[in-house]
Amino acid sequence: MKKTYKIDVDCANCANKMEEAARKTEGVQSATVNFMALKMIVEFAEGQDPKAVMEQVRRNCKKVEDDCEIYL
Amino acid sequence: MNKKQKIMLIRILTAAALLAVLHVLPVTGWLRFGLYLIPYLITGYDILRKALKGIQNRQVFDENFLMAVATVGAIVLALYEQSGDYTEAIAVMLFYQIGEWFQSYAVGRSRRNISELMDIRPDYANVERDGKLEQVDPDEVSIGTVIVVQPGEKVPIDGTVVEGASTLNTAALTGESLPREVREGDEIISGCVNMTGLLKIRTTREFGESTVSKILDLVENASSRKSRSEDFISRFARVYTPAVCFAALALAILVPLARMFLLGLPAGWGVWVYRALTFLVASCPCALVISIPLSFFAGIGGASNAGVLVKGSNYLETLSQTRTVVFDKTGTLTQGVFEVNGIHHHEMENEKLVEYAALAESASSHPISKSLQRAYGREIDRSRVTDVQEISGSGVIAKVDGVEVAAGNDKLMDRLGVPYIPCHSVGTIIHMAVGGKYAGHIVISDVVKPHAREAVQALRSAGVHRTVMLTGDAKPVADQVAQSLGIDQVYAELLPAGKVEKVEELLQDNSERGKLAFVGDGINDAPVLSRADIGIAMGAMGSDAAIEAADVVLMDDDPAKIAKAIRISRKCLRIVYENIVFAIGIKLACLVLVALGFANMWLAIFADVGVMILAVLNAIRALFVKKL
Repeated sequence: MKKTYKIDVDCANCANKMEEAARKTEGVQSATVNFMALKMIVEFAEGQDPKAVMEQVRRNCKKVEDDCEIYL
Repeated sequence: MNKKQKIMLIRILTAAALLAVLHVLPVTGWLRFGLYLIPYLITGYDILRKALKGIQNRQVFDENFLMAVATVGAIVLALYEQSGDYTEAIAVMLFYQIGEWFQSYAVGRSRRNISELMDIRPDYANVERDGKLEQVDPDEVSIGTVIVVQPGEKVPIDGTVVEGASTLNTAALTGESLPREVREGDEIISGCVNMTGLLKIRTTREFGESTVSKILDLVENASSRKSRSEDFISRFARVYTPAVCFAALALAILVPLARMFLLGLPAGWGVWVYRALTFLVASCPCALVISIPLSFFAGIGGASNAGVLVKGSNYLETLSQTRTVVFDKTGTLTQGVFEVNGIHHHEMENEKLVEYAALAESASSHPISKSLQRAYGREIDRSRVTDVQEISGSGVIAKVDGVEVAAGNDKLMDRLGVPYIPCHSVGTIIHMAVGGKYAGHIVISDVVKPHAREAVQALRSAGVHRTVMLTGDAKPVADQVAQSLGIDQVYAELLPAGKVEKVEELLQDNSERGKLAFVGDGINDAPVLSRADIGIAMGAMGSDAAIEAADVVLMDDDPAKIAKAIRISRKCLRIVYENIVFAIGIKLACLVLVALGFANMWLAIFADVGVMILAVLNAIRALFVKKL
């Protein structure tokens, strides 16, 4: 399953870091951050609850880039 | 400017003013240090905080860390050497913030620019209820509802005109400013602007399935598919930042140690620590990291404004390397509007034969069936047609009024074992067998698009080495079209599966670096579109299969757009390479100068911010594609 989330982040490098963090989160099959459109597209692994996974993704992103937001 | 940017600007200006005042105040010692700390913290407190957070979260090597270490280091150095020169550290922080501010402003601007270019999203649909117009959310309009579009409004949902006539402005969709006339009965696609008359439209799709939603979706998600250059940059940044940090550390510790123990010189700690700090300032990779995705974003945005929708940065990159263009003939180079030009060797009346043909082909969406229907000129009564059997690449067999009618090419006749009379006219020949007996043939010929020849030449000057045409049509027709257009190679009489095979062959003998693009109208070449290095669908307004299968979608059917798309991609990629070479080049040169002691921190920060501003401005250039 694929879902798109609106995000807020200031710099391109930070967006790259968020992408990396999201990819490493458990339950995420693949993740792409589109800095220009300020969107994160997440593909969830089979049988995962997007809500719970995204909470974790958000926490992980905050860890690598304090100044970011994912609108769940 | 948004709120964040305004606050930042105020902080920058306040700190700069304070710095200027402090510069003329004759204070010394700890008081001086304390006073200078004020502008430093005003500009840089968030950087320091982020750097600390980064260390806490074990995310050490980023630009905040670089800036924090460099400026704090410079201040400590000034204290240690009792020079009282804190200006440098503050100025570095100040310029860094100016650079960041400019970058965020430029990105915000181009974001807005691009969304303005693609300003086709309709906000509402007018539905007539009890004689009054009511504005409703387009999402809530179901298929078959009649909506009203007033002059000046956008058509919100695809449909058919049931009442009224008007002129439509399709510029937002196709980049073409030529207005289009619509009348009752015409199909209409969402995203056009109604210019003159009131239109009543019966919707044929839901909003989510309408052209306008599809296009917006496509453009908004475009830069999510990353190009190789973008991947390269993110990989580069991941290695680069730690690498420069260690290089700086080596410069600060190893060099003085080496001087002391190996060369017997004084260590010169102050000098080398200062150089190391300057090295850190100069090394910030922001210019690269921001300008590459920004270039692609601007390129895709500019292209969509010209009616060329590119589905991702990677496709823009591939498109720029196109050396071979393979065309599907019908609908791409020719208008795909066939006209019945002759009826030969028939035994029944002309009209009767055309009627049989039109009825038999009535279920097919092929352009030929449309032209037969036009030649027939009357309403098709589909209940007269039964047992329709479409034989791909050959024709149709159906029962019309209970009589078996076969309409198709010579392959169909061979298959049915019906002897036929070959035709000498150039065009598509539809042999007819009625009740198992040969009944003559209908000649339908296609018209070459008015600018097709110029388009093929434009491709050549855009750097395409080879043009190939594939068609299911007969060889004489294909040869004639190819010759009149100046196409290099022709493969005729191909079945849809044959087209895929041919493209695979062409892909194989294509030289290593050049890419192969396939251009089709998307009606029955979806497999080929996805097989080619890059699939370009033309005149795709309203054709879902094409938008789905293609990598690049040309909104109108002008073949000149193919060359334009290639030129846009070339320009964008040239900007990307310029930025990569320029940013990395200047950066490395600066780093070397700094390490050798030829540059101070001022120069380093100017180089860093300057390169970024230039790279961002260069990236925005990709947006301007009108004159290409």
